[in-house]
Amino acid sequence: MSTVEKPSYKVIGTRPIRHDGVDKVTGRAKYGADIRLTGMLWAAMLRSPHAHAKITRLDTSKAKALPGVRAVVTSKDFPDQGDRLVELGEGSVNMKHLAANVLAHDKVLYHGHAIAAVAADSIHIAQQAVELIEIEYEVLPPVQDALSAMKPESPVLNTDVRTKGYVAGGPGSADQPTNVASRIYFEQGDIKKGFADAAVVVEREFHTATVHQGYIEPHNATVLWNADGKVTVWMSTQGTFTARQQTAELLRIPVSDVKVVPMEIGGGFGGKISVYLPPVAAMLSKLSGRPVQLVMDRAAVLLATGPTPGSYIRVKVGTDKSGRIIAADAYLAYEAGAYPGSPIGPGCMCIFSCYDIPNARVEGYDVCVNKPRTNAYRAPGSTNAAFAMETVLDEIAKQLKLDPAEIRLLNAAKEGTRRVDGPKYSRIGMAETVEAIRDSAHYQSPLPGPNRGRGIATGFWFNVGLKSSVTATLNLDGKVSLLEGSTDIGGTRTSIAMQFAETLGIPCEDVHPSVVDTDSIGYTDVTGGSRTTFSTGIAAVNAANDIKQQLIERAAIHWQTTPDKVQYIDGGVTCSDGQRLTFKELAAELHELGGPVIGQGTSGKEAQGGAFGTHCVDVEVDPETGKVQILRYTAAQDCGTAIHPSYVEGQIQGGAVQGIGWALNEEFWYDPKGLLRNATFLDYRMPTCYDVPMIDAIIVEVPDPSHPYGVRGVGEVPICPPPAAIANAIANAVGVQMTTLPMSPPKIMAELLKQKK
Amino acid sequence: MATVFIPAELRVLTHGVSQLTVTASTVADAVTELNGQFPGIETHLIQGSKLRAGLMVSINGTFSSQGLRAPVTASDEIHFLPAIGGG
Amino acid sequence: MAKKRIVSTTINGDAVEFLCEPRQTLLEILRDVLEMTGTKEGCGNGNCGSCTVLMNGKPVTSCLVLGVEAEGVELRTIEGVARGSELDEVQQAFLEGAALQCGICTPGFIMQTEALLACNPTPTEEEIRFHLAGNLCRCTGYDKIVRAVQCAAERRAGACHK
Repeated sequence: MSTVEKPSYKVIGTRPIRHDGVDKVTGRAKYGADIRLTGMLWAAMLRSPHAHAKITRLDTSKAKALPGVRAVVTSKDFPDQGDRLVELGEGSVNMKHLAANVLAHDKVLYHGHAIAAVAADSIHIAQQAVELIEIEYEVLPPVQDALSAMKPESPVLNTDVRTKGYVAGGPGSADQPTNVASRIYFEQGDIKKGFADAAVVVEREFHTATVHQGYIEPHNATVLWNADGKVTVWMSTQGTFTARQQTAELLRIPVSDVKVVPMEIGGGFGGKISVYLPPVAAMLSKLSGRPVQLVMDRAAVLLATGPTPGSYIRVKVGTDKSGRIIAADAYLAYEAGAYPGSPIGPGCMCIFSCYDIPNARVEGYDVCVNKPRTNAYRAPGSTNAAFAMETVLDEIAKQLKLDPAEIRLLNAAKEGTRRVDGPKYSRIGMAETVEAIRDSAHYQSPLPGPNRGRGIATGFWFNVGLKSSVTATLNLDGKVSLLEGSTDIGGTRTSIAMQFAETLGIPCEDVHPSVVDTDSIGYTDVTGGSRTTFSTGIAAVNAANDIKQQLIERAAIHWQTTPDKVQYIDGGVTCSDGQRLTFKELAAELHELGGPVIGQGTSGKEAQGGAFGTHCVDVEVDPETGKVQILRYTAAQDCGTAIHPSYVEGQIQGGAVQGIGWALNEEFWYDPKGLLRNATFLDYRMPTCYDVPMIDAIIVEVPDPSHPYGVRGVGEVPICPPPAAIANAIANAVGVQMTTLPMSPPKIMAELLKQKK
Repeated sequence: MATVFIPAELRVLTHGVSQLTVTASTVADAVTELNGQFPGIETHLIQGSKLRAGLMVSINGTFSSQGLRAPVTASDEIHFLPAIGGG
Repeated sequence: MAKKRIVSTTINGDAVEFLCEPRQTLLEILRDVLEMTGTKEGCGNGNCGSCTVLMNGKPVTSCLVLGVEAEGVELRTIEGVARGSELDEVQQAFLEGAALQCGICTPGFIMQTEALLACNPTPTEEEIRFHLAGNLCRCTGYDKIVRAVQCAAERRAGACHK
């Protein structure tokens, strides 16, 4: 469904077969762990069995002595980082913290924290050698959640952390070591007056568990530190350039001495931006003189990478009698994990972002706890916030006997709405996604039967822009080799090639996209933030326009006229005297018209217009077990312009199912010692295909004016609404309002039993 | 005349003032003017010659990649916000 | 370390011999000894299904099978699914139906689907979902995978009728 009449596109909106598809259905595609180099060693790591401890003794001599072992490293083998912040593409990072996360210094801060690594002739020898490393700890009490970590009496994880944005009297400290790494605060209007005027006020507290991105491919890195000082890294990563920079900074070598070669990547969702392995494999390679492959096992992935924060959120919302929100107040505390850096900023910016609220306040804290250092996960910070706000809004709708879609439409943010953090929205499609759900066959259908309920919820994500580069070489057969730096996690080679083809008026199949290494393309930021089809797409459009301009000049040579007499129209050039050459015909003549044609394009917009999604779900709750079954699911999302609708639907469906997992099952279980007890895919229970129905995706198209074809990123928004939509459906099914995630059977049973009392 | 929106957490330094109209032509100028009115406030926005780590500047609702150099014209709104990444 | 043994097996129709330590898994043999890296490791303990191969026609997670157990069996891996340069119906349906995003789980899903369609050429949606429940995909939400399996089944049935 489109809100404006779409221009008639030839390529955009079609569903071509992705360029890398055959390799991926035949097993030929090479992922990070698939590379084999001559003389390659295998590496394994020692990880902490404690959540919080001082390392009092570390002796690797027995490991080094094992036959077949070629190198052993600990943090002592790495250069000191000093006290410095480095801009790493998606924000600045404290290098001391990043280095200590890669290999612990004097303290381990979470179960699974990496301590040492061994490279050997086989993985089995490397693992055996890890067992021979002698280590002693002084175990410290673990700090397990944000609220207790904020208390003044809590043990402090990092002695160098002070509260950014500290105000006198609040949690944290400006000059003493603290776990409170930062404070975020927004305010607009007068919330005291707003709440005083409200006819209905609902306030609830929420707790959400730590969850993991759950990509199926473990982290990996294969590194050769050559004798000439040049370091080559083959790895799967969301961003080769940030991986290069992090690796270079951690090794303190020039960034251009590191080349990152992108292998195919088996999922990331935000979790494959920060580096863990390349510097370690690099140092092992330097010491051994051999290429080294280091691949995490699944337990290491769950123990020591990702996750996204567990959180405590309190939300209070007041409306007038008609359901119009007149005041809203939120308090959020997000677990940063071992080092500062949870997505508390975006969480605070997202919690009220769907609505027009005149009087509001948001206060948020980033808090260190003894869990792995958190990383981005699909709309980082927004899902936790949406769970809180969207369930409170539903409670108000119930009290006022308003339809849940109507209360959302009544309050929907639109162009010109001032957000709580200050800026005004440009053209957005919030209301359109709610309308799409309200008018859907699903929402309009009856839902008979006991213990069944329907819920809806809305979610928002900014979608970033950032920097991309594309180079395109025109071949004599009229086809184009397109080089890009965005690693392709879900079909972006094709969505980028399609925009390039559309601009030149040529078939998508005539564009051959390749994702190339950091020596072969201009700087490109990560595949993340829903930015690739948007931003690398703009770079591709610019590269195509560059080629157009050059072809006009070449055609002028061909017709012995001046460029102003030539126009590029509809896949070819036309002379003012009526002569015409197609793209292919002109390409064939290039060598006689001045030689090769190479187009270049870059983009550097900081942000997109932002995107919204509204989801509708039907559930059935088993009153005997508390198990929730998803009966039907529909997701509507503003995608601006859908370039390749199949992969847009795929993003919506995949995001929705990740959200369903977050809602119902997924959680890190830490025991009282702070040890993670479910570091397997059996016990960290992600949805299987038997757990979910088909996911109906409704593509709403409200073009983003900041993109030449109106693209809005689609990847992140769909994870935001599911937990709230499912909680609302559960409330409608069995009358219990869930305020914790996951809403697993024991927690639902506990609420059902309370209700019976 | 552009308008600088003072981040809510810094309004303790501006006696509750939430906006300031400035004649600046860049964000840097705007911060200088702001600091003229409320001495000391710039240390919360600037570090060396750049925006503080973790901060971004938004002009009329759009984040700018140019930071302090970003040009502003009359009727522009300037906001300082936490930086956003993405998954 | 126990001595290496010679294992004789059949992989994708070819007789293959390899040297194997008793502790090496079939997955390790395929990937690291035979350099057939189409079979993927996602978890190493049988929970994710990425390393699914067919052993005497039955799907197994090759990370839970020892290399020495391959003695005398017939193995089929993702590398042996296409008929020469022609994709088979399951591969074609995954490709056309956009049933993959990152693609790391795809070889496992294709092998599991081959096993399903071999014993049940006309599965219902429920049967497809039940049969594929041991294979995790984190990208697609399974919608397009289930549809691709339905499509492959229909095409194969159509091909048989011809």
